[in-house]
Amino acid sequence: MSDAGNLNSEDRLAEKAQWLQHQANLIRFSAMTMTNHSGLGHTGGDLSSSDILATLYLGGVLRLDPANPAWPRRDRFIMSKGHCSGAFYSTLAFKGFFPRQMLGTFMDPLSKLNGHPDRNKLPGVEANTGPLGHGLPIAVGAALAARMRNESWRVFVLTGDGELQEGSNWEAAMTAQQYGLDNLVVIVDRNRIQQGDFTEKTIRMDPLAPKWAAFGFAVVEIDGHDHAALMKRFSNLPLEPGKPSCIIANTIKGKGVSFAENKPAWHHGVPTREQLVLAAAELGIEVNG
Amino acid sequence: MSTTPPLQSTTASATPPRLFDCREAYAQALEAMAEADQRVCAVVNDSVSSAKLKNFGARFPGRFVNVGIAEQNMIGVGAGLANGGMVPYVCGASCFLTARAMEQIKVDLGYSNSNVKLCGMSSGMAYGQLGPTHHSIEDLAWTRIIPNLSVVVPADPLETAAAMHYSLEHVGPMFLRISRMPVREVHAKDFQFTLGKAPVLREGDDVTLMANGVLVSRALDAAESLASIGIHARVLNMSSMKPMDADAVLHAARTTRGIVTAEEALAAGGLGGAVAELLALHHPARMRILGVPGVFAPTGSAEFLLQHFGLTAEGIHNAAVDLLRESK
Repeated sequence: MSDAGNLNSEDRLAEKAQWLQHQANLIRFSAMTMTNHSGLGHTGGDLSSSDILATLYLGGVLRLDPANPAWPRRDRFIMSKGHCSGAFYSTLAFKGFFPRQMLGTFMDPLSKLNGHPDRNKLPGVEANTGPLGHGLPIAVGAALAARMRNESWRVFVLTGDGELQEGSNWEAAMTAQQYGLDNLVVIVDRNRIQQGDFTEKTIRMDPLAPKWAAFGFAVVEIDGHDHAALMKRFSNLPLEPGKPSCIIANTIKGKGVSFAENKPAWHHGVPTREQLVLAAAELGIEVNG
Repeated sequence: MSTTPPLQSTTASATPPRLFDCREAYAQALEAMAEADQRVCAVVNDSVSSAKLKNFGARFPGRFVNVGIAEQNMIGVGAGLANGGMVPYVCGASCFLTARAMEQIKVDLGYSNSNVKLCGMSSGMAYGQLGPTHHSIEDLAWTRIIPNLSVVVPADPLETAAAMHYSLEHVGPMFLRISRMPVREVHAKDFQFTLGKAPVLREGDDVTLMANGVLVSRALDAAESLASIGIHARVLNMSSMKPMDADAVLHAARTTRGIVTAEEALAAGGLGGAVAELLALHHPARMRILGVPGVFAPTGSAEFLLQHFGLTAEGIHNAAVDLLRESK
């Protein structure tokens, strides 16, 4: 299933990382275009999570088959930060779960592309998310199911950092450690901004890694925009046998588009057409018209 | 449960009927289902013995998950297990299972249409003296408004077991409200549960008594005492709260002079509310809605509280007489 290729070669990895960087930028631009179209969306988080999504799906980390999205033995990816649907939908379309043209219907009346993902409308969506703190409990359940069925699928869940203020995450973390779910990988998009303000000015999340470690997870922190680092990390899981893994991906909200970077207002900022043109230039994307 | 002191019988029979705790039937059914079907698993929030799952845990340790005291997580774990092809029975005291995890029930189960079965234990006012924190009289109103979620309130051990087996064949989320109040058998041994069907437990053309759960046997007792004063009451077991048997309800509205509903729940938003909504649109009829009248219950045992709120055979009897007097 994997098109990750042979990672023994650093050169090949660098080449792949460069390709993933471009794919991530295409996802970024696609998400911003969708948000411009709908007049609603979550640009900041779309941009902070695009590199993670590109690596997981297009880097071939996830074992899944877009032609057979319900393949029972697939890896599960659960987008707990469902508000970043622009980036998520774009990634699924780029992976081939549905035609890219559908992205142009984002939030249109009766579109399958709801503001937040609906698994009953779109192939590739594992869970209906949007309200925060739902993804990790579901991921724990899917990891337990693999255990019960003696299957080897893995479960990845991407959460926001502000999202971790929801207590349900920590309920689920305790279950994951109690059952030693080393087929579970939590990725935290640590962009340090939530809807209202910076996380540390709202409800402090630091020190975050020791929190996860105290909850029984093997934890690493990485640069969430470094595709080679992401590929290496995702290719060597679990971080520690017998423990659930937590990868804290340090990211920049609004990454890749200077006017949106690290600005709380861009949590759900909507780019104008002029801003799209600026973004395209910064992302290295050629656009017509 | 035979060790429970029998309630004062209002039936004409000489020997009081044997009474059962429906949790026993639910637990036995779940074990039988797990034995026959590898997909069946159980999720519990610490209270293994309240959920009557001690034996299940011992027999099927690999398919038994105790998430601790964490109901929001518990529902999500159920949804994840279903995503992985299991059929989870998520079991906990109904008051915590529903109220604490309402958003998860709405989103992870209803909206996602996850194949998860919720077993709300010790529902209604079964925890009597423990107080309104532990009563679950809001759960019917909360659960029945969630799209995709079926709601079943079995009346006796036979129906509890039958509904459990039915739930495994039914694909989609379901809330099974299991009582611990002692009840007698109201169904024949060969009873088959069907979602969306209201069994007619007694025929009658004057008035229709509609009840679910603990109140069904009391409705039957009321019908018996009404017969002694010449009133012929039909009794419908409305165990399938959602989907509801609209045909049976409308037929009752057309062919009898009024409807009395009775449930161990708030009078607003539950069975009575569901029946009233249907009738208001299609065939307005005189009604009495018996339940807890929009208050938090005072201190007292479960049986005391049922009597306090008139959720007894006598209460149903009087409501029917009153309604028929009005409709003359």
